[in-house]
Amino acid sequence: MATEHTFTDASAKTTANSPKEFDSETMSLSMGPSHPSTHGVLRIQFELDGENVTKAEPVIGYLHRGDEKIAENMTYNQFVPYTDRLDYIAPLANNAAYAHAVEQLAGLKMPPRVGAIRVLTSEMARVSSHLLGLGAFGIDVGAWTVFMYTFTEREKLYSLFEKLTGARFTTSYSRIGGVSRDLPPGWLEEVDAFCDQFLPILDEVLALLSRNKIFLDRTVDVGIISKEDAIAYSLSGPNLRGSGLAMDLRKDRPYWGYEQYDFDVPVGAKGDCYDRYLVRGEEKKQSIRIIKQVVKKFPAGDWYAPDARRIFAPPKDKILSSMEELIDNFMIVTEGPQMPAGEVYFEAENPKGLLGFYIVSKGGGVPWRMKIRGPSFSNLSILPKLCVGNLVSDVVSILGSLDFVMGECDR
Amino acid sequence: MPAAMTANADVFAAVQGKFPAVTRRPSSDHPAINVPAAAALAVMQFLRDEQGYDYLTDLTAIDWTAEKSPRFTVVWHLYSRTRFVWVRVAADCADDANPSMPTSTGLFAAANWHERECYDLMGVKFPGHPDLRRILMWEGYPHHPLRKEFPLAGIPTDLPDAEIAAETGIGLIAAPMAGGPFVATPGHLMSETEPRAKDEAWSEQRAKPDNA
Repeated sequence: MATEHTFTDASAKTTANSPKEFDSETMSLSMGPSHPSTHGVLRIQFELDGENVTKAEPVIGYLHRGDEKIAENMTYNQFVPYTDRLDYIAPLANNAAYAHAVEQLAGLKMPPRVGAIRVLTSEMARVSSHLLGLGAFGIDVGAWTVFMYTFTEREKLYSLFEKLTGARFTTSYSRIGGVSRDLPPGWLEEVDAFCDQFLPILDEVLALLSRNKIFLDRTVDVGIISKEDAIAYSLSGPNLRGSGLAMDLRKDRPYWGYEQYDFDVPVGAKGDCYDRYLVRGEEKKQSIRIIKQVVKKFPAGDWYAPDARRIFAPPKDKILSSMEELIDNFMIVTEGPQMPAGEVYFEAENPKGLLGFYIVSKGGGVPWRMKIRGPSFSNLSILPKLCVGNLVSDVVSILGSLDFVMGECDR
Repeated sequence: MPAAMTANADVFAAVQGKFPAVTRRPSSDHPAINVPAAAALAVMQFLRDEQGYDYLTDLTAIDWTAEKSPRFTVVWHLYSRTRFVWVRVAADCADDANPSMPTSTGLFAAANWHERECYDLMGVKFPGHPDLRRILMWEGYPHHPLRKEFPLAGIPTDLPDAEIAAETGIGLIAAPMAGGPFVATPGHLMSETEPRAKDEAWSEQRAKPDNA
């Protein structure tokens, strides 16, 4: 590193006279928006002193589609597919969170079967999302094999999603007032069989990393987030729990009947990249634990709210044979589900963290204002503080461990 | 949920005991208070330090259209990690043409990006913010897209990069809406609520009017 410098101006000489022997000019480096470790279209503008990051400025907005503006211009039902595209790694969880927020506005109570379906699909989405996060994190730090394992398992989950919803990626499954269709016959048994074969594989995958010297070197004591910082920057999900804070809305404010199921909330000790990895590993096991319980005591009954007239579309055979239902369906499609005036805020514990919907209604079928709180937006806002002082290669570990998705960050 | 109901009464009574100017905000879900803009920071500091609402989950603004005054309302959602409840704090911006609200970045680091987004999309300024730049749109973009007068299709503008714009000779065009969107507006009479295309009905075939 001992390079001879020819100084041309006074300020450079001042730097040379400072106590640090190898101080030199900083370099500016742009990482992204198309960079494998930025997981989408995040761009970070670095200021580097050699390999050390002295300043990091995330540049976001490359995936901004104006979802909130779009929401103000269509009915509540029409917006369901757009929620798929927030955290597009876990659309089942987004649909359900959005539907719950609107149901809360309408004052609808869901039958237990709808809650069970939403818990089941959201936990499956969490497993799928964490599998992708783990595989991508592995690639980021040079462990290719993990990705192959996790994508094989994720593929099995996607086949189950396809059987349930007809789509593999953007599922649009939940509806306001229920779900789009009931479970297909024999599907629960398939989910159960998936869980049984998945747990040993998960242990095998985690064993590839948890005591791997290279992985430990890349993650332990790297990117430490203190408890205070995690709260101040409103981190959520595994990134918050990795710092040792047991905040989980599924436990603290149970929705969809989460209080009926036994599960633990794993927390980290130090808040480094390794802790966040461990938390996600354990969360997958806890999700499987929840799924097994849901499957075991799956409630019978309606898969939509029977009192959701003028909100939830009536069954197709009724629409075709009865005048009342035909009118209801016509009104739902043209005017949208009729909501009372008021405002509502609901947050769900999504795979990436707290996904919030703030809906302001003036009545009618179209929201006046809808604010979407994407967890990745807040999770990334800590980057300017977190990256400074690390090596560029550590930033890759940090990004992998934060497990963000730009769809919900940029909205 | 009875626990949340008592918390509702508690937090409003506690805040009003200290700040008599706050009023109860109609709400069907979480405790909600209206505060004067000048007292917003003090109220939130009180909520954070003495009531345990130390987690800023969300910050946003609502545009009530140019006909209404006050036009903009800034809304914060704070969460208590011990009582497991949210509180909604809302404050109206005094100046409709040039809305502003004191920055809460001193209380919550998370407010930094949220306020930048609010400024970017809504045009609400936060004096005292350390770095109030656009965040989702690019620097130099002339509009605030979440304002109600901004059309859904967008407004033609220059490309962010002047060099590329000069080289290619193209700019950003409004999205072709093909006659849509067909949206029903809230109302009482069937004839009022009937869905109709908003006046953004330009398309590939029809030129966009100049005044849009």
